[in-house]
Amino acid sequence: MDFKLSTEEETFRDEVRGFIKENLSKEARKDPAFLTKWLKAVRDRRWVGFSWPAEYGGGGGGIMEQVILKEEMSKAGAPPLGMCMMGLQWVGPAIIEYGTEEQKAKFLPEILDSKYQWCTGYSEPGFGSDLASLQCKGVRDGDEYVVNGQKIWTSLAMWSKWIILLTRTEFDVEDRHEGITCLLVEMDSPGIEVRPIKNMAGSSHFAEVFFEDVRVPVANRLGDEGKGWAVTVSALAHERSGISEVAGLIADLKDLVELAKRTKRNGRPASEHPSIRGRLARADAIIEGMRLNGQRFLTRQLKGEPLSSETSINKLHRAFLAIELGDLALEIQGSAGQYVGKTNGSLGGGDYKVPSGALDWPNVVIGGGTPNIQRNIIAERILGLPKD
Amino acid sequence: MNFGLTEEQQILRNVARRFLDDLAPISRVRDVMESPQGFDPDMWTGMAELGWLGLIIDETYGGVGLDWVDLVVLLEETGRGLLPAPLISTSLAAAAISEFGTHEQKERYLPSLADGSAIGTLAQLEDGEVLGPDGVQLAGAPEGSGYRLTGAKRFVQDAGVATLFIVPFRVGEDIRFAIIKSDARGVTAQGHLTMDQTKRMGDLTLDGVLAEAEDVLATSGAAALDRLNDLGAIAVTAEMIGAMDRAIEITTEYAKNRIQFDAPIGKYQGVKHPLAEMYVDVETSRSLLYYAAWCVQESPDALPLAVARAKAYASEAFTRIGVNGVQLHGAIGFTAEYDIQLYLKRSKWALPAFGDAEYHYERVASLGGY
Repeated sequence: MDFKLSTEEETFRDEVRGFIKENLSKEARKDPAFLTKWLKAVRDRRWVGFSWPAEYGGGGGGIMEQVILKEEMSKAGAPPLGMCMMGLQWVGPAIIEYGTEEQKAKFLPEILDSKYQWCTGYSEPGFGSDLASLQCKGVRDGDEYVVNGQKIWTSLAMWSKWIILLTRTEFDVEDRHEGITCLLVEMDSPGIEVRPIKNMAGSSHFAEVFFEDVRVPVANRLGDEGKGWAVTVSALAHERSGISEVAGLIADLKDLVELAKRTKRNGRPASEHPSIRGRLARADAIIEGMRLNGQRFLTRQLKGEPLSSETSINKLHRAFLAIELGDLALEIQGSAGQYVGKTNGSLGGGDYKVPSGALDWPNVVIGGGTPNIQRNIIAERILGLPKD
Repeated sequence: MNFGLTEEQQILRNVARRFLDDLAPISRVRDVMESPQGFDPDMWTGMAELGWLGLIIDETYGGVGLDWVDLVVLLEETGRGLLPAPLISTSLAAAAISEFGTHEQKERYLPSLADGSAIGTLAQLEDGEVLGPDGVQLAGAPEGSGYRLTGAKRFVQDAGVATLFIVPFRVGEDIRFAIIKSDARGVTAQGHLTMDQTKRMGDLTLDGVLAEAEDVLATSGAAALDRLNDLGAIAVTAEMIGAMDRAIEITTEYAKNRIQFDAPIGKYQGVKHPLAEMYVDVETSRSLLYYAAWCVQESPDALPLAVARAKAYASEAFTRIGVNGVQLHGAIGFTAEYDIQLYLKRSKWALPAFGDAEYHYERVASLGGY
């Protein structure tokens, strides 16, 4: 057991810190072209897709260095390393694992260059948590698949150029995890219609996507026909590991503590109320627990064991914290927390991203599998309890 | 960065589990816990022979010379089996003498702790149960080069069987530590029955007991007591995690075999989801604890916050696991015959030991500058 960084790792961390100091200074941030310059600078360093193979434009770096990179960036409040969010998080890794040479050569550099967004076509109106029962139909017709059906809760669909889509190509199967095929589909293909859905926080970032006789070249199939479930599982495990989220949570908690210090409740700072202190401290312990859980998973990864069901542990903590931190922010501010947008400073509110915190949590809590699905995964795959 | 056990630690774990399965199965644990002293000298000797009692004592003084991460590995196993033995108490006494004693004090006391001929414990709490330096009101009256002590210590772990007490006392603003033998003149130690019969504690009464200069530890001060409390919290949390593991195993096994409505109850989400939560709880407790144990030697400045997080989180976790373990069993979990209730009782003992969840969350808050 050793939580220290090796000399090489420390050198790398210092390199990242030096880069941040230079490229994230107040001066640099004032530049109107700041974001463009930032994206180019991190791309030139090959820090986008840090652990991806170098031959496709990735960094070819180790897992440990990647964690250091992400931690330092989060701590510094840096902009993302590349704008193609889902592409970087799981579409890219899935293509690296299951893609053909042609797919890797085409898609990976485009993701790394932030050319466009990817979205994820998994959930359907009738099949969300029960994803494996999906019905969106794919029928082979020569060199193409013809897709008919509907997806829903598809984040970023209206701004995406490509979708990673799960279709059912075989209906007569004993195990519903069989017969699913993963396709990479261009969103401007004839027959695709996107309808944004407004969420309770007042914004629209997810949508319904309809497919009517959409023709997809067989060359755009990811993995074998009927074996799309494996692609999904590997992608979702990447989504749940949570290790890169911890630094962001630490920053959120710090904000909350400051909010509690400057906000008076019943005549004294909220930070002096034992119940508020206790809840902030519990959140602190859970965030640290996530960080250390992440390091345990990482140790296994470094030994060559793949990430699997244990990542659901942090996904559950993340879900708890998403709701708890938003609620705490509201409760600390009392009635002032109800205001939306900029308010008069004398009201004491309006100085925290409260409404989003308390209403935005379903993104994190429901997306990638609800808490009850995570509990099923742990109970069945780790504890060995019978399936529902 | 490596968050895994070494090969030696895995061997230690396997040996410990084998020894405990052979010599301290739950039937034997029940016999010992029902005996008047709650202590089995043969078991103690066996533990000494395996080197467990001197695990963290330097080899120069008859110990094995391992560190706190190794001790945590062992304590997870003793906690798992609810081993009724004063191992935590003795290890803490050994840590106090090792870290704060002179060479002469180490030579005089450590070999007897390592070979099992002495049983040590920390006697710190007093009336009012204030943990830490503020709670130490027992005043040492200077006499010659030593101190005369009169007063009472409460909730002393293993008070009934201990032969060597580490007694913090106050000299003005300073906290000092006396090594007091149970057979010294003016010493009365009295064990009490406890809810968790595998964990005894009681009172230590000092009536004009003389602590000679040579029996006062070289290092003094509030920081020394804080550190001992951090070590105590680590030791208790390690046993808690072993016990949580076992409680989850017992309950999972039951859920796989108990048939209701024509199916094993573990099929139902009302049963499997609490079990999943219990798993999340124990694994997260374990991550927090191992980091704290690593800090003991490698990062002492980070120790207080790491310990506070671990003991606070694990205290809440074990409380939930203790109750859920019994509840998921249904009525049978309420019987004395079933073992799961012993784990519920252990969770009750563990909660206040070296600070409960509220105490440690408050520490997290103050250390974090809230």
